[in-house]
Amino acid sequence: MGAQPIADNLFTDENMTALVGARNKQTGHIFFPLPLTPNDDIEPIALATRGTVWTYTVQRFPPKTPYAGPADPMDFKPYVVAYVSLPGQTMVESRLTGVEPEDVKIGMEVELTAIPLDPDAPADEQIMIHAFQPV
Amino acid sequence: MSDVCIVGAGIHPFGRTEGRDGMDQGVYAVKQALADTGIKWEDVEFAFGGSSASGAADTMVSQLGLTGIQFINVSNGCATGGSALNAAASAIKSGEYEMGMAVGFDKHPRGAFNADPAAYGLPNWYGEAGYMLTTQFFGAKIMRYLHENGLSTEALGRVSEKAFRNGAKTDHAWRRSEVDLETIMNAPMISDPLNKYMFCSPAEGAVALILASEKKAKELGGPMIRLKTSVMRTRPPGSFEVFAASIDNERGGTATELAAKAAFEQAGMGPEDIDVAQLQDTEAGAEIMHMAENGFCAHGDQEKWLIEGRTEINGALPVNTDGGCLACGEPIGASGLRQVYENVVQLRGTAGERQVPGDPKTAYTQVYGAPGVSAVTILQR
Repeated sequence: MGAQPIADNLFTDENMTALVGARNKQTGHIFFPLPLTPNDDIEPIALATRGTVWTYTVQRFPPKTPYAGPADPMDFKPYVVAYVSLPGQTMVESRLTGVEPEDVKIGMEVELTAIPLDPDAPADEQIMIHAFQPV
Repeated sequence: MSDVCIVGAGIHPFGRTEGRDGMDQGVYAVKQALADTGIKWEDVEFAFGGSSASGAADTMVSQLGLTGIQFINVSNGCATGGSALNAAASAIKSGEYEMGMAVGFDKHPRGAFNADPAAYGLPNWYGEAGYMLTTQFFGAKIMRYLHENGLSTEALGRVSEKAFRNGAKTDHAWRRSEVDLETIMNAPMISDPLNKYMFCSPAEGAVALILASEKKAKELGGPMIRLKTSVMRTRPPGSFEVFAASIDNERGGTATELAAKAAFEQAGMGPEDIDVAQLQDTEAGAEIMHMAENGFCAHGDQEKWLIEGRTEINGALPVNTDGGCLACGEPIGASGLRQVYENVVQLRGTAGERQVPGDPKTAYTQVYGAPGVSAVTILQR
């Protein structure tokens, strides 16, 4: 088995190289993620893997369902949620990793990675989500 | 075309009322509005009403009386109350009716609103990975706004401080105690840069307004509070709304800017003509952004305005005189109508301790909500 991405169609491949975005063939408008229902006007595209932090916030309390990560208030670790501007494409909402909340700066350069939703889960059962980390 | 007047207003106190459901709070507000107008339920020709979580408004006829009136349910998220008012005003302007009612009520469980990704067209992973929180949206949006406009987080604290100060003077408010700026700034963070004193909470409450044609209003003999305009708009391209997995690099306008522009045009006035304003303050940052989006000040001038006390009750433009959502809480269906209720009270000069001095003549409301809707009213006495 090994670590698995949290959903199909989120990453371009099993190595989680890039996020899959959606492009409207008529208008050229790019957004993320792919719509839930197939649409003839929408084609998948690989999104850029480097960008800059446009804005961010910090999730300080454990979310309720449908959150599936560790939510025990005793060992909940706050996480950073940012919008990362990918040049010429769109701004993707994403966790930031490898940076403390206090050190995040608007405008900082970041690149795509994948992180486990629950870092304490056994390695071969890990569910991977997208995140960006400082370059 | 007849002017539309607000001839009566009723409110059920906001906050938490054990043992009384949302619908009953709505009925309470209606009865109070009828008494305030000096009419009976039988005199009401039509109604528009809604709630988000407390049932279909039209079923309240079983408690008010089976008079057979037209009663249309409105479901428009946070703009439910504003939309009900808008529809009621149109019915009178059309000349079809002389007098009717707009009502909104709600009762929500404690804690942040819980949302289902699929209801927003989002995949399940979006919720599972921890993005399905309205608080994150508000935090990220105001974080950018402060950065772009050179505002400090203390500006957020000043909004909350004012809200609690005004709420302490308001009968229908939920939070009735003042909180000083230092306490606010040192409170635990929820979603940076917003802390626990900077968010409103889901709550309970109800508001009913009786509307009438100018002719009918004159017959009733009360003060003539004219609804100069009631406008509702949806978002333009490039706006930044809740539960967005991506937003466009190219930034656009907001639903509030569209609604404000249309409202001022229809009323034939500008922001400088407004004496008192109630602006959506789901969190402290919303009031700051809405001060500019509605045209009352330039982007970036808000902190100066707050420090100078311009939006205090005795300031040049009092904002959220009853403490807004921050002090009253947010029952979704009732929130927009509470703003109008407060303006009716202010224009009548019966707001007591929180009365805006100088005999205000014009009053403005703006409510904003998911997924990018905004409703504005302008009242004139």
